Amino acid sequence: MTPETLSRFVRTAAPARVLLALVLLAAAALSWRPAHAQLRVDISGTGATQYPIAIADFSGDDAGRGIAEVIRADLTRTGQFRLVSAVGANLTVDTPVAYDDWRARGADTLAYGSINRSPDGRYDIRYRLADTVQHGQLDGVAFTGTDRELRRIAHQIADRIYEKITGVRGVFSTHIAYVVKQGSTYELQVADADGQDPKVALRSREPIISPSWSPDGRKLAYVSFESGKPVVYVQTLATSQRVPVANYKGNNSAPAWSPDGSRLALVLTRDGLSQIYVVNADGTGLRRVTRSPMIDTEPVFSPDGGSLYFTSDRSGSPQIYQTGLDGGDPRRVTFNGSYNISPRISPDGRTLLYVSRRDGAFRIASLDLGSGKEILLSDGRDDQSPSFAPNGMQVLYAAVQNGRSVLAGVSSDGRVRQTLSVLNGEVREPTWGPFPQ
Amino acid sequence: MRSRIAQSLTIAAFAATLAACSSVPLDEQGADQAGAGQGGAGATTGQVMDPFNPQSVLAQQRSVYFDFDSYTVSEQYRGLVETHARYLAGHPQQRIMIEGNTDERGGAEYNLALGQRRADAVRRMMTLMGVSDGQVEVISFGKEKPKATGHTEADYAENRRADIVYQR
Repeated sequence: MTPETLSRFVRTAAPARVLLALVLLAAAALSWRPAHAQLRVDISGTGATQYPIAIADFSGDDAGRGIAEVIRADLTRTGQFRLVSAVGANLTVDTPVAYDDWRARGADTLAYGSINRSPDGRYDIRYRLADTVQHGQLDGVAFTGTDRELRRIAHQIADRIYEKITGVRGVFSTHIAYVVKQGSTYELQVADADGQDPKVALRSREPIISPSWSPDGRKLAYVSFESGKPVVYVQTLATSQRVPVANYKGNNSAPAWSPDGSRLALVLTRDGLSQIYVVNADGTGLRRVTRSPMIDTEPVFSPDGGSLYFTSDRSGSPQIYQTGLDGGDPRRVTFNGSYNISPRISPDGRTLLYVSRRDGAFRIASLDLGSGKEILLSDGRDDQSPSFAPNGMQVLYAAVQNGRSVLAGVSSDGRVRQTLSVLNGEVREPTWGPFPQ
Repeated sequence: MRSRIAQSLTIAAFAATLAACSSVPLDEQGADQAGAGQGGAGATTGQVMDPFNPQSVLAQQRSVYFDFDSYTVSEQYRGLVETHARYLAGHPQQRIMIEGNTDERGGAEYNLALGQRRADAVRRMMTLMGVSDGQVEVISFGKEKPKATGHTEADYAENRRADIVYQR
């Protein structure tokens, strides 16, 4: 909760522009700067449990209304909260709370606070969370920041509220990465978890696929076709510096980080068909993991780092398998249907997400690895690229709606859906980043 | 085991192709280019055999199409592959890329793997025809670079394809 943490992403927005295009291809350019696209959010459904909460506009400065609106929007998107109106509350952080009045209005908790601008232009934000049932304070914190940091502070307050009330860490301060295609231009973008404040990490005339966050959130691995074929790069977001970590003969693709960030699993075709390898994060120490005469691809590490889930068509149709890092005999994990790809494992290792083709449509499926119970989380025609939020409560994926590619979200139990649509361009290959460090 | 069977089948089919080698459908386009004075004229057919000459069959016929869910080179493209293989075997310094593609249905990475399997089928046939592995790089664009951008069955068929691309 230090100012350093608050300003980390803002600092990366400085125009540290590196034009690797000169070295590589005129088509590919790098910049870390705001993108033009804006995201629109639609929400449907409600959670099994809804916590009634009132969030008063923060008083003392006009910016206080914006802070409260960001917090309300964050909590609403989860489907786990029901907002109780706090219009006209006019509370400062030091106002004694009339617990029973708020309880009578239906709010079990009340968030309120003050925001004041100091002569140097910085803001002082102080917030409290009151429990109207127990008549006590659940939380109280002070922040300082510039006007550009207010959204980030609001997300951090929403994270605190979410965790105090649900017991689960919030993901409102996390980021998502995705690829936007506009005309013949591809942009790898990073945005806040609510889709706001998108920034371009890479722009290219050639396709970009399979972005993958490092566990510390500082780097993205991805596949770029800018050199005329798929090559795996690792890019440091703050500096835009990047290095090819796999550029072997044939295809290089499907990077996935080990939980400790020291290694990448990826797919090469240098020995024939697609097979899974592991390399150190700097590209050294290449080692082959799978040895099949068929396709093995899309590896992801299990949360303990000891095994890989991956897609293989060794049974004749693509299914999800699990293998130890020394190869061995992989264990088949999915059995429903004839097309199951793109595995993602939940942070607790208990739930597997994948894309499943059912009746010609591609849906996001969720498999409880303990019970074997499978549910379909989405109902679109072409839903792809699922990923878990770092707290495991939500799933981000790419969908096609009205002929356009959009970002979609669904709660892990399938009850609450949301759509984040870019106003222009197609959005592909989304992936949810880790908790901020 | 499986790949060994596939390989012996390929060799048998290749032998059949050799026996009928003058009847590959390349002759139609090659006919009016014969004797045009190009340096790379083929000795047996009289065609221009220069991959960088737009009039040459090597430049004009370099796509192998695949059926839905199929990753083997069908009989009608064996002649085409053979023409390129013969040129490459006679020009061991020449390098090519074989670029695999798929239609748009399914995941990006799995399609990348499927496109690579298509391109690799063309490579294996060329290898059996005497092209050295060092001359060929097999890559895939998966569903990322569709030639046909529509969503009809005809568009999908156009995109289930491996292209032979000569490197300068």
